[in-house]
Amino acid sequence: MPIVEKSKKQTRQILYNFAFLDDVAKREIRRKILKAVAVPGYQVPFGSREMPIARGWGTGGLQITLSLIEPSDTLKVIDQGCDYSVNAVNIKKFVQAVTGVRITTDTTEATLIQTRHRIPEEPMTEDQILVLQVPYPEALREVEPSEQKTRAMHAEGDYGRMWLFLYEDIIHYGEVRLSYRYPVLVNNKYIMDPSPIPRWDVPKLNMARTLFLFGAGREKRIYAVPPYTSVEPLQFEDHPFRVESFAGKRCERCGAEDTYLDEIIAEDGVTRHYYCSDTSFCDKRRRT
Amino acid sequence: MGYVAVKGGEQAIENACNLFAYQRIKGGSRPLAVKQIEEQLYLLIDRVMGEGSLYAPELAALAVKQAAGDTLEASFMLRAYRTTLPRIASTLPGSTARMRIFRRISASFKDVPGGQVLGPTSDYTLRLLNFDLFDETKASAQLFRRFVEHNLRSHERLPDTFPKVIEILRTEGLIVNPKSAGYSDESDGEPFDITRESLVFPAARSARLQAMARGETGGLLLLAYSSMRGYGDVHPIVGELRVGYLPVVVPDPYTKAPRVAGEVKVTEAEIIARYDSGSGKPLFTVGYGLCFGQNEIKAISMAILDRAMEAAENNSPANDQEFVLSHIDGIESMGFCNHWKLPHYVDFQSDLDRLRKAQAYHADRGKEQKTDTTNSL
Repeated sequence: MPIVEKSKKQTRQILYNFAFLDDVAKREIRRKILKAVAVPGYQVPFGSREMPIARGWGTGGLQITLSLIEPSDTLKVIDQGCDYSVNAVNIKKFVQAVTGVRITTDTTEATLIQTRHRIPEEPMTEDQILVLQVPYPEALREVEPSEQKTRAMHAEGDYGRMWLFLYEDIIHYGEVRLSYRYPVLVNNKYIMDPSPIPRWDVPKLNMARTLFLFGAGREKRIYAVPPYTSVEPLQFEDHPFRVESFAGKRCERCGAEDTYLDEIIAEDGVTRHYYCSDTSFCDKRRRT
Repeated sequence: MGYVAVKGGEQAIENACNLFAYQRIKGGSRPLAVKQIEEQLYLLIDRVMGEGSLYAPELAALAVKQAAGDTLEASFMLRAYRTTLPRIASTLPGSTARMRIFRRISASFKDVPGGQVLGPTSDYTLRLLNFDLFDETKASAQLFRRFVEHNLRSHERLPDTFPKVIEILRTEGLIVNPKSAGYSDESDGEPFDITRESLVFPAARSARLQAMARGETGGLLLLAYSSMRGYGDVHPIVGELRVGYLPVVVPDPYTKAPRVAGEVKVTEAEIIARYDSGSGKPLFTVGYGLCFGQNEIKAISMAILDRAMEAAENNSPANDQEFVLSHIDGIESMGFCNHWKLPHYVDFQSDLDRLRKAQAYHADRGKEQKTDTTNSL
């Protein structure tokens, strides 16, 4: 189905399907998504297509978005929490050009949100889907480079090396050094890479009302955390998981003390400023 | 300072895109015609079609123009375009013995049935800059064209098909039979398609060959070179290298009868490697490479890696199929490499938090140790 809202002058540009992908590709990706939802945290291989944006720039998330999106959807795209960052602008422009859907920056207004490295601060609902872009779908890659072996480790629940890795970090450094991309246990079964979200966002995955879909285009994997699924960061009884600390700091724009902050170095090279990473939420708070 | 770090990026991005396109034409010279690129930079086109995995010379030339000569970018555009094309048919398997050859050499025999056909190659040229090309005109090009064409006419026409050197050795019982040698996936079933299914390891041989055919020339060369230099044990002899046109045969949608839909330029390499005396009769083994266009380095590298990945032990990068196949795709590797330029400030903030914690821990521990020593004194 060609996109109709363009003038005749632009006919050369509109010889694309609605949402770019052909129907067979969309059907395949939707089926793989269903499988991913049925087996939370399990990485489902899929025939990742080449997209007009580069590998590593969110092609996995983009393919999920394009196979789910309908003309009635309202889309929000964020990169590092921001609606206007390069990657978000790129993807938004593209999806809009091939679908014509409404774009928003308001988290509560969007039906579909594609994100790179953040989960919005505002809680999401059952009626929304969050699509996360994933560079490394394999949480065990840290301890095992071979895909053949990590797949077997997941199948056998053979997670000893991962636990040992965390333990050794605590012994040597007093802290697990994994900062973002912190591994989680999904539905008490699979260890999963939550994508490079900060630790701050990890608790938002647990028993959430929203469906989280993860797409890794380059590595050709789709996985999911369905609503109301337990998602636990890997932690020890005597060494609990901790999110980033912004103690004593607040957003200089909206005054928030309970959001993930971007640290910005002032022109003098010494002074630090702090602003909300979730820019649309920050804007909203300023308005009210 | 204002809030510029996060806002107002949209216009800047738009400007960056425009500046990139402007850079190509700002010098004011005559814009390159797509046809010129297609004809005169044909090796570049061949490479882009191979790595872009789409045989479309005109579109490849357009992509090269738009990408200002960046092969990775141009291949990437072709790949993205490829995604939008429906697959209407699959070609029927055909033998490369039917190739319409314009270059064919064997390094294993001084002469081979059908003869050595050197064809067009830069192999034997002196790499001296030809300053005459500074002043190349339509007339001087025409003159040279006539000179070469006249010379060619005085020679006999090339035959339509050539016997395959490897087959000659095979009938003599010198070469391993892929099936009996336990080469993975030499069944006659449907080939694996890495564009529709994601690669699983161990990968079928058809998947490996497909991944390499789409692979980046430099990446394949690097790995093949590592194997021939010492990180591996393939000591190849080029059994046969041929460049020419292969008919594309598809089944007629109504009658199912085979129909020739066109032809594609390909390079094929078969390398012979030293025998595997695993069990039974010692025999030579063969590595195979085939790619779009005239790209001999790529085809030979493919053949070496095809053979290397069959090695019994994963004791070098080129022998390890997961290592090779996961890293040779130019579109994937360039995309991922470029993505590091995207903002990572959320991630870095998280890194900072961990480092500051670790430093605090380190400082505390230092204090403790100090107190310990004081006490013991």
